[in-house]
Amino acid sequence: MNVKKYMAMGFTLALATSMTACSDSDNDNDNSDAKSKSTNDSYEYQVSVSNLTHNQPFSPLAVVLHDNSEVLWSLGEAASTSLEILAEGGDATSLIADADTAGAYDTELGDGVIPPGEMVTLELESDAYDEMFLSVVTMLVNTNDAYTGKQAIDVSALEIGDSLQLNLPVYDAGTEANNELAGSIPGPADGGTGYSDVRDDTNVVSMHPGVVSNTDGYTDSVLDSSHRFDSPVAKLVITRTQ
Amino acid sequence: MRFKSILKTSALPLLLVSSFTQAQTLDIEISNLTHGMFFTPLLVSSHGESLHLFESGELASDELKILAEGGDTGSLSMATTALGAINLENPAAGLLAPSATVEITDFDTLTNDRLSIAAMLLPTNDGFVGLDSWAIPDTAGTYTIYLNAYDAGSEVNNELVVDGSGAVGTLGIPANPGANGGSAGTGVTSTESNEMIHIHRGNVGDTNDASGVSDVDSRIHRWLNPVAKVVVTVK
Repeated sequence: MNVKKYMAMGFTLALATSMTACSDSDNDNDNSDAKSKSTNDSYEYQVSVSNLTHNQPFSPLAVVLHDNSEVLWSLGEAASTSLEILAEGGDATSLIADADTAGAYDTELGDGVIPPGEMVTLELESDAYDEMFLSVVTMLVNTNDAYTGKQAIDVSALEIGDSLQLNLPVYDAGTEANNELAGSIPGPADGGTGYSDVRDDTNVVSMHPGVVSNTDGYTDSVLDSSHRFDSPVAKLVITRTQ
Repeated sequence: MRFKSILKTSALPLLLVSSFTQAQTLDIEISNLTHGMFFTPLLVSSHGESLHLFESGELASDELKILAEGGDTGSLSMATTALGAINLENPAAGLLAPSATVEITDFDTLTNDRLSIAAMLLPTNDGFVGLDSWAIPDTAGTYTIYLNAYDAGSEVNNELVVDGSGAVGTLGIPANPGANGGSAGTGVTSTESNEMIHIHRGNVGDTNDASGVSDVDSRIHRWLNPVAKVVVTVK
């Protein structure tokens, strides 16, 4: 990962450079040709996610470009197994495979974690369709099952060169109890187990209540004050480049 | 593969506002929404698109550190004025207490089309409330924005009140204006993992006036975003 920071006149001008764009494969789907193409033009998007937490690395970023029929999760409803695998263990390959099967125009999966204070950019491309939606998702790895993301962002109206910026909230997959115990958290705070098929929590997706930590009196927690967070936890910038 | 990006982004989600050159006059109300956190004197700044008081994910400027660690707006105001900003310092004539609102009338931004706001949160080490380069709409009307609390990333959040620690490089919380915390804490942490500007993880605090890890009170000095409400009337 190579992140450069340019400072100009003492101020952080909008020169966030960087990046690893780390797509290891281009998962264009042939079956997406069945959807309504608006023209034969090609559309390309740069999708950047900055980690705004203090000490919650993000798992490799998953980005999906799709029509308006795909849903990765629904608040108040049970998580899919693929979302559970992502939220508990940081592995988005199943989620990406699901999206491909469902006919996503393009999917990309980053190849490294996004440390706090850093940004990763992925590029997606597809033929042009009347409806273009983007979804992003990644795990906060020093938690039991917290993730951040945004679904079905309508990018249909973005012109070439236009950007939009969003702050991202933090969700609880509801598939693993937030016990913060040793052996239960896959990130560097613990190095414990990621995904397990046991569901011992609410079994619905909700907003995340935050972590307690041992600094706050929960002595069994492997987390400390550095791992606490508040929403938003990430900044998302989407730029249409073609 | 590696990509470079130079992104100029709107602070207003999903709204892409075209630039304009007419003079703008604004009324601005800023409310402290927290339960027990004070805002130090506010810096309200109008400026051009290329200037930022701060940006999440980036290093804090020296001038922002002075504001975030000690509440002093002077350096940041002077530096941005030199770059074309029109600034209003300390509109509340002092601290903005929890639940308090300050009203600014007839703020003339001339041709500057961006609005930014910053003030330190007390008691914190280097927490601040911020608005980063909001695109001022060119349509007259009233617009409401909610602001988050950021961590400048420049000082360890040890949560210990230390006289004189408002100076950059001196560790500690410079003051607890509510005089409702503790003292003689041992320190919450001695490290800062993320030295970029990021979303503040909040105070931990404790409930022990005379010891414990923190000099702030976990029952009073916590917050969740958003921490401020800004109502802008474009005239």
